[in-house]
Amino acid sequence: MNAETRAALLFLAPAMLLIGIFFFAPVIAGFALSLTDFDLYTIGDIHNLRFIALRNYRELLGSSIFWTAFGNTLYFALVGGPLTVIVSLGAALLVNTRLTRYKAFFRTVYFAPVVTTLVAVSIVFKYLYHPRFGVVNRALGHIGLGPVDWLGDPRFAMLSIIILAVWKGFGYTMIIFIAGLQNIPEELYEAAKIDGAGPWGRFRHVTVPMLGPTFLFVGIVVAIGQLQIFAEPYVMTMGGPLNRTVTAVMLMYQQGFKWWRMGYAAAVAFILFLVIGAATLVQMRFQEKR
Amino acid sequence: MMRIRRFAILLALIATACSGQRDRRERLEFWGLGREGEVVAEMIPEFERRNPSIHVVVQQIPWSAAHEKLLTAHVGESTPDAAQMGNTWIPEFVAVKALDDLTPFVAASRSVDRRDYFDGIWATNVVNGTTYGVPWYVDTRVLFYRSDVLAAVGFPNGPRTWDEWLEAMRRIKAEHRSRWAILMPTNEFEPIEVLAMTNGSPLLNADGTRGAFRQPPFAGAFEFYVELFRRGYAPAVSNSEISNLYQQFAQGDFAMHITGPWNVGEFRRRLPASMNGKWATAPLPARDASAPTGVSMAGGASLVIFAASKHKDAARKFVEFLSEPKQQIRFFELTGDLPARRSAWSAPALAADPHFPAFRKQLERVQPLPKVPEWEQIASAIFDRGEAAARGTSSTTAALTALDAKADILLEKRRWMLSRKR
Amino acid sequence: MNRRAQSIALHTTLAIGAIITLFPIFWMLSASFMTAGEATVVPPHLVPHAPTLAQYRELFVRLNIARAFVSSTVIAVIVTIGCVLFSSMAGYAFAKLRFPGRQRLFGLLLIALVIPPQVGMLPLFLLMKQLHLVNTYWGAIIPSLATVFGIFLIRQFMLSIPQELLEAARLDGASELRIYWSIVLPLARPILATLATFMFMSTWNDFMWPLIILSNQSHYTLPVAIASLSGEHVLDVELMMASSVLTVLPVLLLFVVLQRYYIAGLMAGSVKG
Repeated sequence: MNAETRAALLFLAPAMLLIGIFFFAPVIAGFALSLTDFDLYTIGDIHNLRFIALRNYRELLGSSIFWTAFGNTLYFALVGGPLTVIVSLGAALLVNTRLTRYKAFFRTVYFAPVVTTLVAVSIVFKYLYHPRFGVVNRALGHIGLGPVDWLGDPRFAMLSIIILAVWKGFGYTMIIFIAGLQNIPEELYEAAKIDGAGPWGRFRHVTVPMLGPTFLFVGIVVAIGQLQIFAEPYVMTMGGPLNRTVTAVMLMYQQGFKWWRMGYAAAVAFILFLVIGAATLVQMRFQEKR
Repeated sequence: MMRIRRFAILLALIATACSGQRDRRERLEFWGLGREGEVVAEMIPEFERRNPSIHVVVQQIPWSAAHEKLLTAHVGESTPDAAQMGNTWIPEFVAVKALDDLTPFVAASRSVDRRDYFDGIWATNVVNGTTYGVPWYVDTRVLFYRSDVLAAVGFPNGPRTWDEWLEAMRRIKAEHRSRWAILMPTNEFEPIEVLAMTNGSPLLNADGTRGAFRQPPFAGAFEFYVELFRRGYAPAVSNSEISNLYQQFAQGDFAMHITGPWNVGEFRRRLPASMNGKWATAPLPARDASAPTGVSMAGGASLVIFAASKHKDAARKFVEFLSEPKQQIRFFELTGDLPARRSAWSAPALAADPHFPAFRKQLERVQPLPKVPEWEQIASAIFDRGEAAARGTSSTTAALTALDAKADILLEKRRWMLSRKR
Repeated sequence: MNRRAQSIALHTTLAIGAIITLFPIFWMLSASFMTAGEATVVPPHLVPHAPTLAQYRELFVRLNIARAFVSSTVIAVIVTIGCVLFSSMAGYAFAKLRFPGRQRLFGLLLIALVIPPQVGMLPLFLLMKQLHLVNTYWGAIIPSLATVFGIFLIRQFMLSIPQELLEAARLDGASELRIYWSIVLPLARPILATLATFMFMSTWNDFMWPLIILSNQSHYTLPVAIASLSGEHVLDVELMMASSVLTVLPVLLLFVVLQRYYIAGLMAGSVKG
């Protein structure tokens, strides 16, 4: 072993050991765990552990709460994801025009929700959504709408959480879009102008294609983030009403840390992993085609 | 580096400032849940005055997070010395060997008198013959009803048997006395549980390894329950579809509701003044005239001591203190939670109130739910299947078959463990 | 539309967007200074009529929130220091030192970026139980002490440090440790600041893992503490807003001061993906 390799080993050791022991090993163990019936009885006595192959998965796929939870999670991602992208792209376009003054100010303001603490703003939104004295219903009342029981009504609960998520997250994707926009050479717009393209045409034929890779990145990041939604329903609804806001991670948490069916919960986590992997692949495939 | 050190010193200073001065008294950690956890703090000065060598530290946990926090604490070896615990959780904590055996303590204690407690309530604390908890307060379900409506159809004191009950509902509906006769939200499993227990169902088989849902006692009660929806006596709505229970009760949307003691205070507070004297409570109707009342569930919370506690003597003193009839009455006054001891029920606030005697009577006929850790999950299947049957999306036979199947899956581990022991 | 009208329309839209974005934060601040019950009166008060610190007093005196503040700070500071140190060491090795299997090891690490952390959480908890770290600060700290994201961030930055600089130092007989400490780290200062800002904020804001691993109030971080409080004090709007302010404000202020570094971190993550 030469000196450089030795040095490299030394530099790598702490981080690799930490990541190996506290990330990769648990992930692999998580898969193993999902093939066992690790539960309450196992905590009382380890001899109560059995290898049960895929039974957790079979049981999961046959239970209605599993489909509800993953359905809710997908709903959240499929509505909230595009909504975040649209809002943030709009914000990025507005902030980035040549006419815009105080760019830095608006960028900071729009970005501020991103750094706020999710738990705290979930609590804030819970009150903004309050059916009786919440500001949202007050505002709607002025234009003759409502009142809506945002978090208590099964039809609106998840939508309310989506609105919170968009508010909290659009600043982040906005920043990425702004960077993407700034990478588009000005000449392309000039050329399109000469070809007679209006503002919409320039957006459609220059901006959108040039932002391609950014869309891919944004899509993956938002999807991965949103499929892991947990704190919002934990603080705001505890999964209710009628299980409409039970999400995949919430199900894992409840099964794992409330009922201590850890094998079963590990299977939930693994299926979530597969879904996230699939979402990433689909998005890459989709982007390649364009 | 200098700056980091200075920062560390600052942090250490803050930490010591927060932890306060060292205290020579024995430190007893008690976890209380929800409102009770807040209120118990008011009872501690008296306890500490009587036991100057003990200092009680209360940690308050919201009910919604209590179950997992208590279990995590046990797994992480950081349980408190004593805690309040929903009495249906005791079997789980026994399964993980978290709780201290209180049998000898109770036998020797002069303050905790087993015979003074309601039998059904006490039984929730006993798993396989060993006592693990002392009931703190009780919770059960009775019938709340509009006495004006029920009087108009001939049952001023409420129905006494299922036949009378059905007859009352039939007449309420036929004579348009209220929109629906009874409210039983489809996302509650308690109504089904109490009906089944009234009909003599054990819910699970004797050793708690299989469901007893297709057997006649449960099937009969389930059929009775579903029939109320079929005949239009009860609306197939869940809790979240009811915007204001009290207002709807007052305006005659329904005349009866199966619910618990907290609603005595809520009804009093939230019903309009015009409803004064127009509502009452009664024990659940009996299956037939051979029984005094129906059977309700033995709910409530118990005081437990953790096996890992290093202050068990102090913890026992604290449990004894909270169990004294005088403290039980004080606790009722502070929280409205019903006392677990019969002797505490002589308190004027309870005895003179027109709405509590029904609970007192019902408490003599309460039964614990099956004492297996899996019960809460099985119960959620009960309301799930019950809702499907009530809404007509599933036949009762299919619902009961599904329930037994679900229970069999959930109890598979139990069967395996029992078979291994033999 | 002429330029002036366009400009007005544009800035009006931006201003409305800004007001909507800031409103929840404004309301949180405003309600935290109200007297109990004021946030729920009809018609609504948008600003406190008689501003008071009563809610904060209640939080510090009766509910002992300072403890959670200390927990959050201790955990976030240690994670930040540890993560910057360990990630910069590993990032340096991946960027500047040749050793067999370097590419493969790095590729393996990148896989971690698409694995949701929840997959490992249950075994991680059981591991922490074996190590007796459940309900300790270390239990909350250790899993974040080195992150793949941090290593990646620093490696990308260090690739741009000229190799000649290091070779020259080596010829002068400097040890690898010395090169790392006196040459590489000072050059990498901006990216270290970025990683530090990023780690501090994400640790401060983290919820799920502290919720699981910290079972006792005396160790709760702010998010866990206020989530627990909100289960108890549902109707005490003003109190809950004050506790939210205490949780959000430190990171928000930190962001305003350090946003250059924070956003740089996001961008570095996004350019490569």
